[in-house]
Amino acid sequence: MKVLKLFFIIFFIFSFNQLRANNDDMKSKITKNLRCLVCQGQSINDSDSEFANSIKVLVEKKLNEGFSEKQIYEYFKDKYGEWILYDPELNKNTYILWLLPILIFLIGGAIIFKSFIIMKK
Amino acid sequence: MKNKFLPLSIIFIFVIFFIIFYKGLQYTNIYTPEIKTNNKIPLFSADLFYSNKVVNSSELFKLDKFYLLNIWSSWCVPCRKEHSLLMHLGKSNKIDIIGINYKDTKVNAEIFLDELGNPYKKIIFDQEGINAIEWGAYGVPESYLIHNGIIIRKYTGPLNKKLINEIKLLIK
Repeated sequence: MKVLKLFFIIFFIFSFNQLRANNDDMKSKITKNLRCLVCQGQSINDSDSEFANSIKVLVEKKLNEGFSEKQIYEYFKDKYGEWILYDPELNKNTYILWLLPILIFLIGGAIIFKSFIIMKK
Repeated sequence: MKNKFLPLSIIFIFVIFFIIFYKGLQYTNIYTPEIKTNNKIPLFSADLFYSNKVVNSSELFKLDKFYLLNIWSSWCVPCRKEHSLLMHLGKSNKIDIIGINYKDTKVNAEIFLDELGNPYKKIIFDQEGINAIEWGAYGVPESYLIHNGIIIRKYTGPLNKKLINEIKLLIK
């Protein structure tokens, strides 16, 4: 019986931990996707600048207000431009960025395919 | 055939790399967000510096009047430099200067104002830096010229005499 109680206590502690971790996970996921504008080359999550710390607080506040991940990205994009996002959208400035890997993959595939045909012969 | 193709392609690749890096050297990679003007002022609520009251943006910015929103801090050296200009501009009755005290302590901010004077009609106390971000700022000092609830000009960095004259012309 004692063992069962102990097991339940441990189980409860762990389940609470997980609840906490979920909100933090979301926060760190979002802040990792935002670029720090004063210490460029770092994400908001990595940076400890005044600007980054303020954004971290604001992200947490927005999450508590019930904003979704996408809404938070939109919010910051609206304020600072698309550059603040690490995950760029597909538009006329970024289409090379998006299409080049696919193109390289197709060309590479074609080369391999061709050499297979040569090998068969 | 194969022996000729390999060195040629290597040279070709190196030439492309050289061009890319050479071109890349000419540009700085420091990005500054584009200055968006003619936008509506953000909706926010903030703590006031002296009274500890919470105010809404609509209470602070009335229509038909010019406002200069200035983000400042006692630890910011350029703010010290532009402060005398703000004092000068604050004497005009055509414009109200509203301050955002960015990530500061009350004691230090009060010492700063006692020493250099207080040009602000109202001061927002922004200890966590949230209000500054709602305005789209990323450093101190930054100033926004507002008329009819719309941001007409945004100045990043300290104001100088030339910019003050520009503001004076705009509010005439």
